[in-house]
Amino acid sequence: MLIEGNNERSMVGNGDESDVIAAILAGETQLFHELIRPYERSVYMVALSMLKDSADAEDVAQESFLKAYCGLAKFRAESKFSTWLISIAINEARSRLRKQKTSRTESLDVTSEDGAPVSPAALTDWREIPSEILERQEVRLLLQEAVTELPTIYREVFVLRDMEELSVNESAAVLGISVASVKVRLHRARIMLQKRLAPQLNKIVAPKKRRFPWF
Amino acid sequence: MVLNCKHVWDHISEYLDGTLDPEMLDQVKKHLEHCEICSAVLDSTRNILILTADDRTFSLPVGFSERLHDRLEQALRNPPD
Repeated sequence: MLIEGNNERSMVGNGDESDVIAAILAGETQLFHELIRPYERSVYMVALSMLKDSADAEDVAQESFLKAYCGLAKFRAESKFSTWLISIAINEARSRLRKQKTSRTESLDVTSEDGAPVSPAALTDWREIPSEILERQEVRLLLQEAVTELPTIYREVFVLRDMEELSVNESAAVLGISVASVKVRLHRARIMLQKRLAPQLNKIVAPKKRRFPWF
Repeated sequence: MVLNCKHVWDHISEYLDGTLDPEMLDQVKKHLEHCEICSAVLDSTRNILILTADDRTFSLPVGFSERLHDRLEQALRNPPD
């Protein structure tokens, strides 16, 4: 996407990473701490996007890194290490969800992507909201709730593409869905977020501004 | 073909990703030039995506990293399989 978030990315290039992985496999196991440091957040966010509970997400993130360590010899350099880690986290989260389903009634929030088209909130103008507004907890909560309450199939794709910056192809591969589904789900997720958040954010930033809710 | 607003909304995501084919991109741009509603929809969507993707919006739980590396430390005493 043509936007930049405030995300820190790996300082270790792919070439360096394969050297580090080789060293770990040769016995320098402590290097694993440094290898995964750039990806802690991504793995946690992916787990959170699927489980919606921060304690469960933390536990699944820890399990995922442990699995990655134990299975490090299986990593093949043709995929990115980050994508490999995210695949492990998705599998761990799915396995956790299956276990939870057997112990409690699962709310069904699976929505067909062939459903009615989603329309955005129609505004007549938009005053750019600076990211400094994220210092306000109420704004962070609004955004968190809006993402968390997206139906699961949209939330998964949104987190991978727009928050963790995986490509369309990578997202399709780790979720086991088609590229076309990634595009449709991402579009719907973005429009759902705009529809919900644009009026709410407008109210916070300019409470008395005149708006046209629909036309 | 003249695009109406609903057609433009269908293409917002691809417009933001820069993946619209040149012909459609041209039509969407022309529509945006005179439609203040679609321009505001596009600007607000882009702005909201920047805000949601910001690391401050979802923060890691306090002590997440320390707990993770403590747990890993035990596993790292043995070489990977």
